[in-house]
Amino acid sequence: MDRPLRLVTANPLDQLARTIEALLVVASAPLPVEELVSAADDDRERVELALGLLSERYHEGRSGIVLESVAGGWAFRASREAAEACGRLFERPVQRGLSQAALETLAIVAYLGPCTRPEIARIRGVAADSAVAGLTERGLISEAGREDGAHGGAVKYRTTPMFERVFGLESLSQLPRLDDLPGDVDDLRDRLHAVAEQRSA
Amino acid sequence: MIVRELDLDLDAFEGPFDLLLTLVLKEEVDLADVDVAGIVVRFLERLAERDALDLDACGEFLILVAALLELKARGLFEDEAAELAELEPEEAAEELARRLAEYRRMKEAAGWLAERLSSERDRFFRVGPAPLAPQPERRLAAQDPESLAKVVRLLAAEPPTVSLAHMELRFPPVAQFLERFRALLARRSVFDFDAELDGLSRAEQAIAFLALLDLRRSDEIKISQAAPFAPIRVSRVGQESAAVNERTNAWTVRSA
Repeated sequence: MDRPLRLVTANPLDQLARTIEALLVVASAPLPVEELVSAADDDRERVELALGLLSERYHEGRSGIVLESVAGGWAFRASREAAEACGRLFERPVQRGLSQAALETLAIVAYLGPCTRPEIARIRGVAADSAVAGLTERGLISEAGREDGAHGGAVKYRTTPMFERVFGLESLSQLPRLDDLPGDVDDLRDRLHAVAEQRSA
Repeated sequence: MIVRELDLDLDAFEGPFDLLLTLVLKEEVDLADVDVAGIVVRFLERLAERDALDLDACGEFLILVAALLELKARGLFEDEAAELAELEPEEAAEELARRLAEYRRMKEAAGWLAERLSSERDRFFRVGPAPLAPQPERRLAAQDPESLAKVVRLLAAEPPTVSLAHMELRFPPVAQFLERFRALLARRSVFDFDAELDGLSRAEQAIAFLALLDLRRSDEIKISQAAPFAPIRVSRVGQESAAVNERTNAWTVRSA
């Protein structure tokens, strides 16, 4: 029998789900719900329900395409089991060879951004120019205005949606809290003292 | 161990330590790009390879690296060097610990990112430019050749001649009024400035006022005004009571 393929048979959201599926296929960046609502010309609640349906359908292990909520929107990506094959087809220049300097700079921009190159240099103790230029070229950070003063203020940088996508983050709030990361002044001082005592012993 | 021959493999530089120093001093390598901690680690590695502690080498290295660090710190934080110099030693240590802690947190965050990157290594997704949003149709006003011609005609009209009248204004020299007021004050101890200006052009009035200020500056006169916009009275210095005297004289003369 020649029946059309249906996502969820006899579901009233069927048509809307297919529309959203199509929108996600043509998009090259994650689509926020509001954008899907306006493009599908439907109401928000129904769009969210349809996204739920699609998430079930495009799920890791069930499909070669996976629907995910990332970088503040919804997007398709390849399933992880297909990663090896994808790797033979494509390079991932964005992620390849991120140096320690680049990662530290990226962390500073992600946590403290928008921030300027002098601010980054101040924390790292090394000029940040080349790291910032490299990250900008990879599309992981971008310019976000200037410091106070219309003229001559240093350029500020922040992370891009691409950063969140590459790192698989729904938003920057998924980064571990800065307070939870070791770096306590007391702890540092204690360690310095411990080393000093060992030396004199 | 010879410190100068310490071989380095840094992001910004590869080669012996003394070459790095030379290049830094010649400003061919920017010290801001040099990872000094990397140099220290390299030195410690070399030191650990030996059984005996080479105190001479350690001393030489300490001096060189301290100088390098100071140079770098001054270059990186010119404003802050002064700021920190004002701090008490304890405060400076506290500030240093705070900054180290801040950097350490960021280093940890970078480590977290590196782990995340590795665990998300098998993420593949479409990367491309954002699709072009449909351009809204530009609505033009109703087309009327007559109104177009009208606008073009406006453009084609000869622009009005710019008046150069202000360039022909004649300004009498200040000295002329200085002499005039001095002569006046030689005859009378008090005069009414506004009355003296009667009939003069605006430019001449301005010059006269400059002359008045000049006389005031050289303490030749006193200026008084009962209220804003009231007549300005000018009197000879040392003749405050001159007005009274004059009036008294007038009365005397009249009564005589």
